[in-house]
Amino acid sequence: MALKDITLGQYFPGNSVVHRLDPRTKLIAVMLYIVALFLCEFFLTYAILFLTLCACIKLSGVPVKSIVRGMKPVVFIVVFTALLNLFYTPGEHVLVKLWIFTITLEGVFSAFFMVVRILMLISGTFLLTYTTSPILLTDGLESLMGPLKKVKVPVHELAMMMSIALRMIPTLIEETDKIMSAQKARGADFESGSLLQRAKALIPILVPLFISAFRRADELAVAMECRCYHGGEGRTRMRQLRYQANDRRTIAAFLALTVLVGVLGHFGL
Amino acid sequence: MQNIIQTQDLRFAYTGPEGVSPVVLDGVTLSIAEGSFVAVLGHNGSGKSTLAKHMNAILLPSGGTVYVDGVDTRDEEKLLDIRRTVGMVFQNPDNQIVANVVEEDVAFAPENLGVPPAEIRQRVDDALKAVGMYKFREHAPHLLSGGQKQRVAIAGVIAMRPRCVVLDEPTAMLDPIGRADVMRTIKALNRERGVTVVLITHHMDEAAQADRLIVMSKGKIVADGAPKQVFQDVEGLATVGLTVPQTTQLLWQLRQEGLDVPLDALSDEECAQALAALLA
Repeated sequence: MALKDITLGQYFPGNSVVHRLDPRTKLIAVMLYIVALFLCEFFLTYAILFLTLCACIKLSGVPVKSIVRGMKPVVFIVVFTALLNLFYTPGEHVLVKLWIFTITLEGVFSAFFMVVRILMLISGTFLLTYTTSPILLTDGLESLMGPLKKVKVPVHELAMMMSIALRMIPTLIEETDKIMSAQKARGADFESGSLLQRAKALIPILVPLFISAFRRADELAVAMECRCYHGGEGRTRMRQLRYQANDRRTIAAFLALTVLVGVLGHFGL
Repeated sequence: MQNIIQTQDLRFAYTGPEGVSPVVLDGVTLSIAEGSFVAVLGHNGSGKSTLAKHMNAILLPSGGTVYVDGVDTRDEEKLLDIRRTVGMVFQNPDNQIVANVVEEDVAFAPENLGVPPAEIRQRVDDALKAVGMYKFREHAPHLLSGGQKQRVAIAGVIAMRPRCVVLDEPTAMLDPIGRADVMRTIKALNRERGVTVVLITHHMDEAAQADRLIVMSKGKIVADGAPKQVFQDVEGLATVGLTVPQTTQLLWQLRQEGLDVPLDALSDEECAQALAALLA
């Protein structure tokens, strides 16, 4: 098992128009896009959003293949939802009736749109993580959630936790690899046996991993204190987020898109 | 010269379970002059790391006092001042790097201090150049080698512009090349920037490079002086579980055999010269 191949928050470094947008713009745009997606009713509205998505993917320069590849883990959910919609949507135009299953025309449409909706939802959010580095994403979230500080939401702490978690993932994966090799060298077997046996075989990996993670956390906390960390108060940032002309245009375009889709959807298009 | 760190009869005991408290530091009185390069040598459990942690108020004394630039480390209001005056680098670079990108990590300390963004940029570039890691500024730390990571960690401390840097066994987890790189960086920091360096180590050859060597055993200072002087006491060091550098070891054995060689030839060249003089 090559644990090192796992990449989380897969980011495709690049310098496209989409990459250069402010992370907050991208976050807002994706949220608007998701809202629009749920306002969609029929072919026209879905087509508008589909074209928007295609345009964004084209602009970002992210290979379509990697977006499709990212869909793999959700295939099961998509198929399951499609089947549920297909068989359980009541309607007047019955197409097939087989034993207890009835397939209606409405069901076919509903299943089709549900699949399209889920896939578009996923590709949209993928595009966000593919074109935004995890740090910028965290910075953007911290900045967007800024107003929540007034109602005592620990925004800075949450952002700091997120970025440290991101920082530690490769280190912990490396460590897991090492522990697994060490246990294998002593005859541990992770690949055979029943599911229960394999789950049990993981315990000798998890225990040392947890202990070491706590030790690391302790050392990191001391190192952060040594570098004068004292919470978000009075803290400045080297990288300043600034909205550019492109950001304003993007947000305006996505607002218009959402309103348009909302109106068209209202008329059942 | 002014003393940047001063300890007065420093005592420290960990509060263990059931009130059992092993004494780690047992009356350490010490002053470190600004601009000097001091190595603290000691066996495992000699209290050298605990002493280091007192130098920027990570630990507070159980008895006695520690002054950093004249300020008592117990003064909570001056905590940030103390920590920006004395920076600290630890053994494991993986556990002290905070960010996902090298330059973001170096920016961490000045960001905490509320330095304006433009100046942070300047300090980060400056610190990265000082440790020779400028061209790696946009790399991910976990893809660097151990020695490179440790240099990034040092840059992260330099970016605070500290007057003193305490390094707690910074080379213990590194390969020989990484060790040499880190030692070169530390020396340059001291010589070129005038930063006071306190190097905690158990490597003799590293300790030999300092201006002043302090040997600790069982929470006490057992020797203090220039490396050349301290290493002459071969038998005394052996009783606290330390061996001397190979050069001194060789000269000492020759002396035991009754040959007239000086004991203070510490570097390879000096030792070679001493031997050549003997044979001449």
